[in-house]
Amino acid sequence: MTKKILILLFILIPIKANALIEVDITRGNLNPLPLAVSPLSIDEESRKGFEKKLKKENIGSEISNIVENNLRTSGLFNPLDKKAFLQAPDIANLKPRFEDWNLIKAQALITGKVNYVDDKLRVEFRLWDVLAAKEMMALAFTTVPNNWRRVGHIISDKVYERLTGEKGYFDTRIIYVSEEGPKTQRIKKLAIMDQDGANNKFLTLGNELVLTPRFNPASQMVTYLSYFKNMPRVYLLDIETGTQEVVGDFPGMTFAPRFSPDGKKIIMSFAKDGKSDIYTMDLENRIVEKITNHPSIDTSPSYSPDGKYITFNSDRSGYQQIYVMKNDGSDVKRISFGKGLYGTPVWSPRGDLIAFTKLHKGKFYIGVMRTDGSGERLLTENYYQEAPSWSPNGRVLIFYRETKTNSKGEGFSAKLWSIDLTGYNERQIKTPTDASDPSWSSLLSN
Amino acid sequence: MRLSKIFKNTLLVLAACLVLSACATKKEVATDIQGQMQGDVYTGTDTVEYLADGVPDRVFFATNESILTTASRETLRAQAAWLRKNPNINVVLEGHADERGTREYNLALGERRANAAKDYLMTYGISSDRITVLSYGKERPVDSGSNPLAWSKNRRSVTVKAN
Repeated sequence: MTKKILILLFILIPIKANALIEVDITRGNLNPLPLAVSPLSIDEESRKGFEKKLKKENIGSEISNIVENNLRTSGLFNPLDKKAFLQAPDIANLKPRFEDWNLIKAQALITGKVNYVDDKLRVEFRLWDVLAAKEMMALAFTTVPNNWRRVGHIISDKVYERLTGEKGYFDTRIIYVSEEGPKTQRIKKLAIMDQDGANNKFLTLGNELVLTPRFNPASQMVTYLSYFKNMPRVYLLDIETGTQEVVGDFPGMTFAPRFSPDGKKIIMSFAKDGKSDIYTMDLENRIVEKITNHPSIDTSPSYSPDGKYITFNSDRSGYQQIYVMKNDGSDVKRISFGKGLYGTPVWSPRGDLIAFTKLHKGKFYIGVMRTDGSGERLLTENYYQEAPSWSPNGRVLIFYRETKTNSKGEGFSAKLWSIDLTGYNERQIKTPTDASDPSWSSLLSN
Repeated sequence: MRLSKIFKNTLLVLAACLVLSACATKKEVATDIQGQMQGDVYTGTDTVEYLADGVPDRVFFATNESILTTASRETLRAQAAWLRKNPNINVVLEGHADERGTREYNLALGERRANAAKDYLMTYGISSDRITVLSYGKERPVDSGSNPLAWSKNRRSVTVKAN
């Protein structure tokens, strides 16, 4: 379904090691860096070529809009109003007049150029340090014209990485559950979209209930729960081909699936006789292993990024709490000890934190704690929200939130939201329908 | 096996009695919305359907619990008697949770509730071959309200004819 991007990436000019601008990402959006995203310049012939091909009047402006939007929504950057720009895009890309950009308080400047060459889209862009009057980075890509949105995301990732010192998360997708219809009879479909909400597609028809899709961190495979033939089972879906298969041969409900970090195993719960235990299945040799064995409910398992540990949710203490164990099921330790119930632990891709949902005194919180349970921080409080999923760089959490209905049971909605690890920059991600159970892909290109 | 099941259910019954008596004293004051709840277990009949005359199709649970109340056991005994009289009928026990929990835990909780009902039917002589358990977690509420009464109606195990 997705075309493999063909990117030829050459570094035109080597990166200077000691740049002056730096974005401190530990501070959240208190002080977003003012920067100018000059529209990518385009010659008239290329403009017409893309207009015919992509039905976009000016593809240079469209790509820079994507960059601008990504950087703004990260909360770390403050893209300045284009109306204040003094220098024309084509000239700025050759040699910016730094005093002009300084005047409008831009600390960084992005310029670039788009060409239509041999039916291909060629984009070059440059990142400038305005105060130091220096070029920080220059890159060029060539790809098929249909990939123009991804070019915008890749530029955003490169700029983010250069200015923050960490990988970006813009050239990624979100898989989620689209929801429609009354609360008592919701129609649910798997859906996928770009991280910024563009290119939304439905992957199932809504004939059966589907829940909790999760990306394979190593490929574009997805695992999810489907009630196909009224038998709730964990399935594997190849997004490229659309083929689906049931995972394992369990005599009952399997649920709460996730991939191991290398993508070779699926870890999930299997419910039988009122107990739910955690199992893994190796996708190559189909060997099933039982990881927990306890009369309680053990569910929502998630591997550490090195694959050596598993965090999971259990009510073995009497109530839902978060535990960590070795990947063979030994050394089980409870790590959540605060007031309330804890669920949906998810290990950060950086390895240092576990995100969770907490229910306390009728409110739901999304929070993070260190992997030994210390340093609990609650990021957001609401009537109902759960199921955090990490951006691939471990900076942002996406989750879903449901509204309280009125006295007649009306007014229900479910939406996707994201929040920065710092607790700042909470924002709704627009979807064509109601939405829940988001899962963030890894970077599509590197 | 059968003995241990019976023993387990006796324990459940005892536990349920303890819970109920504790609640009865506390909740007398706050007898809920038109007396439709005891503790936080639904005791009304609004949503109840009948498998046959005098055989209600569902039982209700307290928050986060899968213990059968006295009323639930009475309902299940009626279901067991009806199933014994109709040996060709098989059933699906559909377990549900309210919306105030995480999705995955609620799936497990729904399964646990339906199993509590299944175990009880089995102690009254219904073969496990005739019973399928299916959890919907919080996916299929009967009441879309966001209040304690609505949630109490949604915490349920419903016995549905499979054939």
